[in-house]
Amino acid sequence: MLEVDHLSCRRGDRTLFTGLSFTLPAGTLLHVRGRNGSGKTTLLRALCGLLRPDHGHIRWRGEPITELADDFNRELLYFGHLNGIKADLTGLENLRVAATLDQDPCADADILAALARIGLAGFEDLPTRMLSQGQKKRVALARLILSKAPLWILDEPFTALDTDAVALLERLIAEHVAGDGAVVLTTHQEVQLTRGEIQRLTLGSVPSS
Amino acid sequence: MLKVFWCILKRDITLAMRRRTDVLTTLFFFIIVVSLFPLGVGSERELLRELGPGVVWVAALLASMLALERLFAADYDDGTLEQMLLAGQPLSLLVLAKVVAHWVLTGLPLVFIAPLMAMQYALDGTAVWVMMASLAVGTPVLSLLGAIGAALTLGLRGGGILLSLLILPLYIPVLVYGAGAVTVSAIQIADTQPYFALLGAFLLAALVLAPPASAAALRISME
Repeated sequence: MLEVDHLSCRRGDRTLFTGLSFTLPAGTLLHVRGRNGSGKTTLLRALCGLLRPDHGHIRWRGEPITELADDFNRELLYFGHLNGIKADLTGLENLRVAATLDQDPCADADILAALARIGLAGFEDLPTRMLSQGQKKRVALARLILSKAPLWILDEPFTALDTDAVALLERLIAEHVAGDGAVVLTTHQEVQLTRGEIQRLTLGSVPSS
Repeated sequence: MLKVFWCILKRDITLAMRRRTDVLTTLFFFIIVVSLFPLGVGSERELLRELGPGVVWVAALLASMLALERLFAADYDDGTLEQMLLAGQPLSLLVLAKVVAHWVLTGLPLVFIAPLMAMQYALDGTAVWVMMASLAVGTPVLSLLGAIGAALTLGLRGGGILLSLLILPLYIPVLVYGAGAVTVSAIQIADTQPYFALLGAFLLAALVLAPPASAAALRISME
């Protein structure tokens, strides 16, 4: 589904990676690893189209993502370092906005069910600024349950989560990959899948596929 | 499409209602700036009547400027702007929704408070109506133009000052014709229609050109 061809990115004067190529078929998880500052987030932002790479091409179903633009964005769910939720809105309101933006027509009942599944039943009417770090992250992660996007790009999704939430997130990722989705993820911990394939990419050393 | 527009508009207005200080700051800034002039220049009616339109309009410019910095900055800080860029919706539409919300919260209140301000400058009935109408047509242009500057200076250190330097010169035509309409309305034989036609033209041009320009600027700022 996702093809990356000789990708190079620089931040200032520093070359983060050059000649990076890989393909990500449906039903695969790409685990990007590397030490701090090796360019994991840069790679993920480039894959989303938020950042223009210096060289190389990124194709989605055979077409460059720069040409697909909004059509690509509709098939993509990006979860960055920032949670992307408004502190003054409640969990329910945040997810309503997110669902409208992603064009996932879902009723409030679906959102409440998603919040319950992520372990926030009873917190849906509280402004998210009253929630803990981990709970905020859970609100943001509820989007994964609601979304129908085939490609997930997750940047360090496991930070600030407790063991229950980590297990749930691993299950969600495994389900998504099993359902012929594709996932690109950075994390410092190991990820297990029940079905599907895991590719590993280590940045900061030899570019590999 | 329209659903997304309403969704963002409603979101921004809800957010502002939960954090009213931002909206009230703009309004009180406008009131205070306008009220300072009569205290400074004295209470001579003729002088105040001449100064009034210009002072009210300059204050409106500055007040609109004040809230601009927060237009995209809050969404940038918590990552919601990133999500909007990746939403797969036309970004100009989302920008337009945010600008409309900005105007409803900072421009529209000025229209309604203007008659009160006009009293301090001994403006007569017609002039007050013309002032309200010119603010109603002119302040959306300020919000639209300002959005381009806010998008360009997003994430920069000291962006606020830079934003004023970038955008205030662009506000000049609106100031000239907005204040001009009010001044002219005091003269019996003069007609305010050309002023409103020009302000309307500015509004239409800004409505068409500003959202795509701001959207492009946002994409650059987010890199």
